[in-house]
Amino acid sequence: MSTPQTAPAKRTALYSAHLAAGARMVDFAGWEMPVNYGSQIEEHHAVRRDAGMFDVSHMLGLDLSGAGTTDFLRGLLANDVARLKTPGKALYSCMLNETGGVIDDLIVYRMSEAEYRIVVNAGTADKDVAWMRQRIAASGANVTLEARRDLAMIAVQGPNALARAAQAIPELNTASGIPAPFSAVRLGDLFVGRTGYTGEDGIEVAVPAARAAAMWEALLAAGVRPCGLGARDTLRLEAGMNLYGQDMDEQVCPLDAGLAWTVDLRDEGRDFVGRTMLETHTEAKAFLGLILEDKGVLRAHMKVASARGEGETTSGSFSPSLEKSIAFARLPAGTEPGESVQVEVRGKALAARTVKLPFVRNGKALV
Amino acid sequence: MSNMPADLKYTPSHEWIRVEADGTLTIGVTDHAQEALGDVVFLELPEAGRVVAAGEACAVIESVKAASDIYAPVAGEIIDCNQAAIDAPESVNADAYAAWLFKLRPAAGADLGGLLDAAGYAAAIA
Repeated sequence: MSTPQTAPAKRTALYSAHLAAGARMVDFAGWEMPVNYGSQIEEHHAVRRDAGMFDVSHMLGLDLSGAGTTDFLRGLLANDVARLKTPGKALYSCMLNETGGVIDDLIVYRMSEAEYRIVVNAGTADKDVAWMRQRIAASGANVTLEARRDLAMIAVQGPNALARAAQAIPELNTASGIPAPFSAVRLGDLFVGRTGYTGEDGIEVAVPAARAAAMWEALLAAGVRPCGLGARDTLRLEAGMNLYGQDMDEQVCPLDAGLAWTVDLRDEGRDFVGRTMLETHTEAKAFLGLILEDKGVLRAHMKVASARGEGETTSGSFSPSLEKSIAFARLPAGTEPGESVQVEVRGKALAARTVKLPFVRNGKALV
Repeated sequence: MSNMPADLKYTPSHEWIRVEADGTLTIGVTDHAQEALGDVVFLELPEAGRVVAAGEACAVIESVKAASDIYAPVAGEIIDCNQAAIDAPESVNADAYAAWLFKLRPAAGADLGGLLDAAGYAAAIA
């Protein structure tokens, strides 16, 4: 028997900073990343109540430019970049394959008429770039794509994130410093987006890798708490935000993953990849939150029995804000919020109820 | 470096065992285990009277991150479980050796010789 060859884990520019902060490191999509720095629950609360920061340098920034870029992206993405009228404005979208499955979910920022920044997931970055390059080549579009592995990225999130970040990052203290919600600005060598994955206000800063450690130190000094992937997962779960590879993948179309709001079918002339499949996809699954009423913890891929038939959890954990277990579930079409369901947890049927997502937004429980 | 008191016995599956004066066993999870699990949020512990085999999964510890089974170190009968730990699962993180989980009366002839001492456990997790 041969041992599978595994590539050595990649490290971000902040690797030493994580060790210095007492991080417990894990492999994530081939990257050695902090899962927590002690207590992931305390890190979670820091983001809900004050300010926390995440190293998201494993995600990849892509710069697309050229006269054909807008048309290219209108054909590539399920959401429509033509909605981005104001420079810097951001859009969340899925990138679909021909069968309507999700290749990746991403954020695209339109910086000028024909200049875009896209941020994609770590685990899918290589296939995303290959897919985009193949489509650029096949269409002959006038588009230049540059992958920005030279950048590190730090997300600063929480009700006090902007104020604390402004103490640490001089560029933010200028007239154009803090971008409007769901927008980005370039500030010298920084790219600052008012976006995130926590359900709180905050920014995501792309910074040249050589400057990343100094920025991390300055944020620490300004009272921003380092937070790992563990807290990132419970925060995004409470915020009702999907995780690629778990809540949807290449076999799942966005309509079955609660992402119909990100699919723009209004312009009938816009022929984006996967459109035909989405238009013929009837009876989309209900994608709802679950709150466990019995004791225990919901996890991904547990069977759910509802009045309309069987479904499955796609993500689940313990919610530090609600102090209950919560999950996302893909359920039979027509399932509504407020229904009682049973989840199979280690052979036992536990009672849960369906709720509309999100569970928590801007520090407040919504369920 | 994880804390592992010298007066306890251990298993490779990260249980600690204290042999009481009356021959009963008090069982919990090690400091190393709680650190690896992260924040503990739920415990499912066996009720008194349950008879368990050596190595039987008889309790569950759930952290925010994952669920893990806890195994009976030897065959015997459960004689108590720690309601205070069920009510405050985070006490396992605070002090894994104070937050015992259940007590077990070994079956006649149960072999405690296979349990590790602190040095053996330290080697097992190195």
